[in-house]
Amino acid sequence: MLRDKTAFVTGGTGSIGQAICNDFIKNKCSNLFSSTTNLDKAKNFDDQIKFINLDLKNITQDHLKENINFEPDVLVLNAGLNRDNLFLRMSDDEWNDVMDVNLNATFKLVKFFLKGMVKRRFGRIVFITSVVSFTGNPGQTNYTASKAALTGFCKSLSLEVASRNITVNCISPGFISSNMTEKLSDDQKNQILAKVPMKKLGNPSDIANTASFLCSDNASYITGQTIHVNGGLALI
Amino acid sequence: MSDIEERVKKIVVEHLGVEESKIGSDSKFIDDLGADSLDTVELVMAFEEEFGCEIPDDAAEKIVTMKDAVSFLTANSN
Repeated sequence: MLRDKTAFVTGGTGSIGQAICNDFIKNKCSNLFSSTTNLDKAKNFDDQIKFINLDLKNITQDHLKENINFEPDVLVLNAGLNRDNLFLRMSDDEWNDVMDVNLNATFKLVKFFLKGMVKRRFGRIVFITSVVSFTGNPGQTNYTASKAALTGFCKSLSLEVASRNITVNCISPGFISSNMTEKLSDDQKNQILAKVPMKKLGNPSDIANTASFLCSDNASYITGQTIHVNGGLALI
Repeated sequence: MSDIEERVKKIVVEHLGVEESKIGSDSKFIDDLGADSLDTVELVMAFEEEFGCEIPDDAAEKIVTMKDAVSFLTANSN
C-alpha cells in the first residue's frame, strides 16, 4: 500500500510509533525514517527504519535543514509528551514542554515538509491526538489543550492543501497499552476498563492499521477528519 | 522583452496553465490569470528556485502582478 513512498514517523521508539513503523514496513513502504531522543533504544529495531536523533522540544528550521535530507510523502506526527499535574500545581515548564513537543514541533515539522508535498502534488499527513482532548481528563490541562489544538490545526490545514492532493487527518486513540499508559496504577487501569465498552485496552497495532489506511490510496478522499480508535469509550 | 520577464512568463504559463498571449505585464495572478492563493505561494517558490534567491514573506505578499514579480526579481536575482 505504501510502495514507492517515503515516510517519516516521529517518535518511532514509543509503543505506538514502533507499531506504525512496523506496519509501514509490512505495507512495503520503500523509504522509512523515524525520529527519537533515544538512539540507543532504536538499535534493536528493524534496520529498515532509519532513525535520526531529534529532540522536538528544541527544533528550529535551521536545525531541521542540517539534519534532514529526505522529503517524505507521508508524515505521521506521533511523538508526544505528557507531564501531568493538577492545574493549580502546574508549572510553566510543565505547560510549555508539552506545548513545545505536541503542538509547536508539529507546526515546525509540517512547515518544513509541506512545500515538497505541494510541489509533488501528493501528501499524507497524520496527527496522533487523543480521546482525552475530546472528553477532558483531570491532571491533563496541558496535554488535552495541545491535542485539541492539533485537531483544529488539522482541519484548517486540510482545507488549505486539499486541492494539491494532500490529506491531513487525525487518529485519536483511546486507552492503548503503551509506554504512556504503563505508568497508570492497576486501580486507574481498572477504572478505565470499566468505561470501555469493549472491556479491554487497545493495541498499538490498532492505531498502526488506521495510520496505514489513512496513508494509503484507499483513503484518498478522506481529509480533515478524526478517526476515533477507542473501543467505544467515547462516541463523538 | 527582458530575459527575466521571459523566464517569469514561462513559469506562470507552466504553473497556471494559461496561454502566453493572455499574459500582460499588468496581469494580476489572482484576478486575471485564475490563480488561487496557494498558487501564488507556489509561484513564489518557483521563482525562488529559478532565480536562486530568497523571497521573504513580506516581499512575496506584494508580488501581485507580472510587473511586480519581474521588478522584484530584476533587483534581487543572482
